[in-house]
Amino acid sequence: MALKEAELAVSESSAERQAFLKIDGLWKAFGNFVALKDISLEIEKGEFVCFLGPSGCGKTTLLRAIAGLDIQTRGSIEQDGKDISDLPPSQRDFGIVFQSYALFPNLTIEKNIAFGLENTGVSKQKITERVNELLDLVGLPDQGKKYPAQLSGGQQQRIALARAIAFEPGLLLLDEPLSALDAKVRVSLRHEIKELQRKLGVTTIMVTHDQEEGLSMGDRIVVMNHGVVEQIGTPTEIYRHPESLFVADFIGEMNQIDAKANSPESVVIGKTTFKCAKHDQPSGQAVVAAIRPEDIIPHGEGARSPGAKDNIKSPENTVSTEILDMEFLGSFWRAGLNGKKLGDLRLIANFSINAVRRMDLSVGKSIEIEIPPERLRVFGGSGQVVQE
Amino acid sequence: MTDLTYSDIPAGKNIKPKLAFDDWIMRAFIAMISLYLIIALALPLYSMLSKSVATYHFDLTQFEFQVSDEEGNFSGDITTAAALNESVDAYGPEDLAAGSNDRLKVTAFFPDFSFRSPVLYKIRGVTSDAVYIYGSERHTGPEWNEYDSNQFRKIVLRPVASFGLSNFSRYFSTPSLVRSITNSLVISAISTIITVSLAFWFAYSLARSCMRFKGFFRLIAMAPILVPSLLPGIALVYLFGNQGMLKSFMMGESIYGPIGIIIGSVFFTFPHAMLIITTALAISDARLYEAAVTLRSSPWRTFWTVTIPGARYGLISAAFVVFNLVITDFGLPKVIGGQFNMLAVDIYKQVIGQQNFEMGAVVSVVLLIPALIAFTIDRLIQRKQVALLSARSVVFVPKENPKFDWACFAYCSLITIFIAGILGVCQYAALIKFWPYDLSLSLKNYAFDLMDGGGWAAYRNSIKLALLTAFFGTIVVFIGAYMVEKTHGFRTGRNLFQFLAMLPMAIPGMVLGLAYIFFFNNPSNPLHIIYATMAILVLSTVTHFYTVSHLTAVTALKQMDNEFESVSSSLKQPFYKLFARVTVPVCLPAILDISIYLFVNAMTTVSAVVFLYSTGTALASIAVLNMDDAGDIAPAAAMGMMIFYTNVAARTVHAALSRMLVKRTQAWRSR
Repeated sequence: MALKEAELAVSESSAERQAFLKIDGLWKAFGNFVALKDISLEIEKGEFVCFLGPSGCGKTTLLRAIAGLDIQTRGSIEQDGKDISDLPPSQRDFGIVFQSYALFPNLTIEKNIAFGLENTGVSKQKITERVNELLDLVGLPDQGKKYPAQLSGGQQQRIALARAIAFEPGLLLLDEPLSALDAKVRVSLRHEIKELQRKLGVTTIMVTHDQEEGLSMGDRIVVMNHGVVEQIGTPTEIYRHPESLFVADFIGEMNQIDAKANSPESVVIGKTTFKCAKHDQPSGQAVVAAIRPEDIIPHGEGARSPGAKDNIKSPENTVSTEILDMEFLGSFWRAGLNGKKLGDLRLIANFSINAVRRMDLSVGKSIEIEIPPERLRVFGGSGQVVQE
Repeated sequence: MTDLTYSDIPAGKNIKPKLAFDDWIMRAFIAMISLYLIIALALPLYSMLSKSVATYHFDLTQFEFQVSDEEGNFSGDITTAAALNESVDAYGPEDLAAGSNDRLKVTAFFPDFSFRSPVLYKIRGVTSDAVYIYGSERHTGPEWNEYDSNQFRKIVLRPVASFGLSNFSRYFSTPSLVRSITNSLVISAISTIITVSLAFWFAYSLARSCMRFKGFFRLIAMAPILVPSLLPGIALVYLFGNQGMLKSFMMGESIYGPIGIIIGSVFFTFPHAMLIITTALAISDARLYEAAVTLRSSPWRTFWTVTIPGARYGLISAAFVVFNLVITDFGLPKVIGGQFNMLAVDIYKQVIGQQNFEMGAVVSVVLLIPALIAFTIDRLIQRKQVALLSARSVVFVPKENPKFDWACFAYCSLITIFIAGILGVCQYAALIKFWPYDLSLSLKNYAFDLMDGGGWAAYRNSIKLALLTAFFGTIVVFIGAYMVEKTHGFRTGRNLFQFLAMLPMAIPGMVLGLAYIFFFNNPSNPLHIIYATMAILVLSTVTHFYTVSHLTAVTALKQMDNEFESVSSSLKQPFYKLFARVTVPVCLPAILDISIYLFVNAMTTVSAVVFLYSTGTALASIAVLNMDDAGDIAPAAAMGMMIFYTNVAARTVHAALSRMLVKRTQAWRSR
């Protein structure tokens, strides 16, 4: 009996690992231009995956291939164990939401949501019930009789969402759903969509060029550039451990510093040797060292003197610098730093308002900064930097 | 990283998308409407082009004769007609070149022929291509036939067809025909310059002044669109003709000829130019004018550096449209041209007057060239104009300036008087008993049934044609535009369709009508059955006015979100559900515009249908032409005004209907 349970657990976990959507060796060419190059990835059931990348990176093309709207040139797509590579959209199982909402302007909200439920053998009464249920779900009850133009952008996008999930598709595709909205609505709708997705458990793919949106919504993120997948991972993986300079630069901000590899765990910047995250660049190789502005820790002037309250964890990675300029950005300060030991380099650092007040930082002041070794990452020579 | 190209994709087979049921239906629709355009446009044009290079000559080597002695015994040599002709020199080379209807008498080969002689003749064709005719019997092939002398004189030879440019060389060596080319070009150029200048100031006054009665001025300026182009000709005859009211204004010059054609052309092309230029002026950016004021530019300088450059595409486009309208127009020069020949009239004269279809085809090809050039340039320019339109600009709001406003008012009043005057004269002429001798009013000129031209039946036919054209034309045009605009894949088919849909604008109506004769009046064509019916009139009218309708539909469809189709198919709904429930209701205003455009043009058109009507399907616009031709000018004016009032009524109904439908079905447009 115990054995059986164990077996069951094993088979269950292997079933879980069976990808819901499996993309294998996908290429897409428009005439002579190749928009997608050999894309392979797997998406689990119930996952929220974001395709993230600059415009023209091929993320929308990939989404449209999954939808069957622009079928790929090569490669296969499998959904729920079924090969859908060459099927037209109407024979696939997905709901889709576009940036433009694409609500039918001459139909009421109710009729829009009911559009996909009609002619499916569902009774009129059932349709009405379902429509009301969906309106409740997206938080817009009592709006059913209005026309799309009478709603705000955010409300329209919620209706588009309701319409897309009305017939309970296995896959929900969102093509830049929030890009047309203003900043505040965007943030609140982000949470709503995520919440809704969690409630329904529908496998979801969202295309976005907004890294903040991608990081906050996706269970996993597929970073794309120039038609290839740069990195796949959870938001923290992508942010903390970017695998390429492109990812490092595209996700969040990054100081990129010309440097020379020293040992596998150190790098020379200017004339100073810094400890850094482990890398495989040969010694003496020109590399790019990268540190995020918010990872730079400021310390007061007397931080090194014995008995100082400031707690420097890695003294060898701490240098004194001068503040060249400061810019107030609302929730934090951005400072330009420069130090003798760093050569003629200008470092950008983000300091909390608290730290600035506590240490009384201002332009012209000298401070000690600590660069945590595990946050200083090294990438191959600047020749490999992918420029957008 | 360098961009990859197609060749970087590893070898293998491309994925061939499976087609959904919808895709098949859509392809079937594209195929059907393409087929429509091929039958209604491409094939007729092809038969016309081939007709223009079809030449005929008598091939004397194809016929053989044998002559008996007086007793009727055939013992003499068999000789070919060529050999006979060489020995007796009956026909020179110019006699042997022929038209398709020419026949050659065979007796000329025998100088001692007498129909009373007892001599018998045998004749045969060497091949089956050789045709000779005895009375009305057609004979062909190498069978010998025997005739006595009395019968033999009734035998004629038929020419054989071949292809070559001799029709063209004949055309270009006929001075009276070639002169029409210069005439047409010069008249069109002069009319273009005058119309565009007048229309520019009119549009400028409407857009940039604060004068009163703008709506009224615009309404009157649009009126010429509602009448056949030959109506101003009739009015000019009454005003400046031999017994004209204002004949002294002509200072001895005759209105019959270039002057009349130019004045009439300005009248009927004015609204077209004004519409285009108004659009061009409307998109001018107010910020540029504010900048000019702050830079202390003089109004004169602002005009030349801001206004004119901003409207230049509109001006050029208007110029080509007017040029095209004038050079392809047939009705006006026919009525008022007198002895002054124009290309479009030449086609008519060659075909209707002289039954010389080949020469008609040649003139058509000649007329096609300037029309095609004007059309191409206009299309290129319109593309640029669209690019300007999409730019964000601030709408210019004119400020009051009494002096300028009054000048504009005076100018627009003059133009309005000219246009209303022409129409007024026609109406006056229609109501007068017998100009200039009996000026009492009567309705006798409306007794159309007493005159040639088709009578009231022609008027009813016209309305029938206009309704049928509006109904079927709108359906075909809108579905066609939808298929081109909203389907994926099948690119070759869609490109071909797009090309065919743009073509009618470049084809003058006369050319289209003539092409229809060649194509549909061919007994071996199974579509021959529609010849001389209402169906061919509808077909030709829809095709003639296809392009503008198509563009209206495409513009409306372009404003709809392209993702509607994607959403609908993701919701597993058939495309026709989306089409019926969303596309058509949203595009309803454009659909109504297309139908009224087709209706009005079907009422006024002359050029395409003049070759195609028959006794049962005479039309009002043709009746105007024919009554004028027969000297019944007052009834012609009366019929012309009937067309005008019908179109005014149709427009009013259209406006009311639009308003009602928009209220009922377009509630979503208001917030």
